[in-house]
Amino acid sequence: MAAGAWLKECARVVAAERERLTGLDAAIGDADHGANLDRGFQAIVAELDLGDEAEPGAQLVAAGSLLIRRVGGASGPLYGSALRSMGKALSQGADLSTALEQAVEAVEKLGKAVEGDKTMVDALRPAANAMALAVQEGIGVREALDRAARAAEEGAAATTPMRARKGRASYLGERSEGHRDPGATSAALLIRALAATW
Amino acid sequence: MKKLINAPDAVVRDALRGLALAHPGLAVDLENQVVTRAALTPGKVGLVSGGGSGHEPLHAGFVGYGMLDAACPGEIFTSPVPDQLIEATKAADQGAGVLHIVKNYTGDVLNFEMAAELCAEEGIEVASVLVDDDVAVEDSLYTAGRRGTGATLFVEKIAGALAETGAPLAKVAAVAELVGARSRSFGVALTSCTVPAAGKPTFDLPEDQVEVGIGIHGEPGRRRVPLASARELAEVAMDAVHGDLPLEGELLVLVNGMGGTPLIELYGVFAEVAAYVKGKGATITRSLVGNYVTSLDMQGFSVTVCRLDDDLTRLWDAPVSTPGLRWGR
Repeated sequence: MAAGAWLKECARVVAAERERLTGLDAAIGDADHGANLDRGFQAIVAELDLGDEAEPGAQLVAAGSLLIRRVGGASGPLYGSALRSMGKALSQGADLSTALEQAVEAVEKLGKAVEGDKTMVDALRPAANAMALAVQEGIGVREALDRAARAAEEGAAATTPMRARKGRASYLGERSEGHRDPGATSAALLIRALAATW
Repeated sequence: MKKLINAPDAVVRDALRGLALAHPGLAVDLENQVVTRAALTPGKVGLVSGGGSGHEPLHAGFVGYGMLDAACPGEIFTSPVPDQLIEATKAADQGAGVLHIVKNYTGDVLNFEMAAELCAEEGIEVASVLVDDDVAVEDSLYTAGRRGTGATLFVEKIAGALAETGAPLAKVAAVAELVGARSRSFGVALTSCTVPAAGKPTFDLPEDQVEVGIGIHGEPGRRRVPLASARELAEVAMDAVHGDLPLEGELLVLVNGMGGTPLIELYGVFAEVAAYVKGKGATITRSLVGNYVTSLDMQGFSVTVCRLDDDLTRLWDAPVSTPGLRWGR
């Protein structure tokens, strides 16, 4: 288990995809998703101890708190709460699948969003479900994570034709259709980073 | 992108440095991005607002006598974080509790909620009012609800005036709710705005088209229509407002510039708005024309209407002394 490695990979991927995320947000939101997440994850890398010795649950709780304190907007509290819930679950001895489920439930509860609303939940919910199913089938964590990442990517891609019902994109009504959701896209990147590092 | 900035990521900080130097009546915490009155009034209900930057003079420009006690500017178009709001709330709490004035956006609501919870745990009485006046957004299960736009200024001014009289938190919160409930807005954009960090206009709008039903974050509107005269565009906006809250009685009307439209055009729009109101048999008894709730360099206007009564008129007329709004004192 290497929460630090995951967080570093998140920071790398978000920095690399910053312009793309902001571009997606410009189409149906307010053109700041990439910049905001980048600011938050850069702060995590700069300010937290991401070494292997630290307890992964505590690292994730600290990272979540930092996102809440630095990012602002909706994505700061949402991703921040997700990491905090995941970290708390791990600290209490939960397995990764259960911890991921807790993270996704935190986002659903705080954002009051469900699948189909064209939000990050459209990537996160399928990821948690795929992971849980894989674990149930007795598949190893690595393969289970890969399935979770694929489910997140498919979920993010599936947001394109949706009409947004939550967040800023919902103001556009039918004009939000035909644009991929930036939150679902960044969520899929973070889950893929998890699969690549855990 | 052509902008008077030092660097895209220094825009908010640089503006706050300037605000502090230009207005000695304000105390500006540059580190935490919190603006408070330099002298707070013991025993008075505190008013705190905040939101993304890019809407100047909202909110920091409305800190001062008769309006806000503290404001928290976030990054451009990004809500402030809970730490800022907690610091502002603690500063504004002068023993009578604090009213949070929150524009209805998912991010603002989440961050204010987190801050209010933490402040309540520390024993500060916090009430919140959600401003959601923009009729361009359908308030339904299928949206995040109406946006908070121009009515925010009305709420801050009127609730601020009541707080100065020594009224308790429950009454200040109630008048804030009342103003919100009696106010409606609608906006039209001639151009997009350019977010400094993005470096290019948020949306492309052909020379001969306008966006109707825009918000204040460069988000596209509900639809595009061909460019029309000030009279026709004012009519589009007023039809939307009137369709939601019929114009009657005495009205406070704000014709607000989005940041890139000259005053000469805004006054032209006001003339059309006034004619429209007269045609409906209502009366504009108070008005405001200018750039108050802006969207960076966007060209366009919004119109906000509030149905007044005698109490609200008196509170609107009460003295105010802030960088962005000042009279009677």
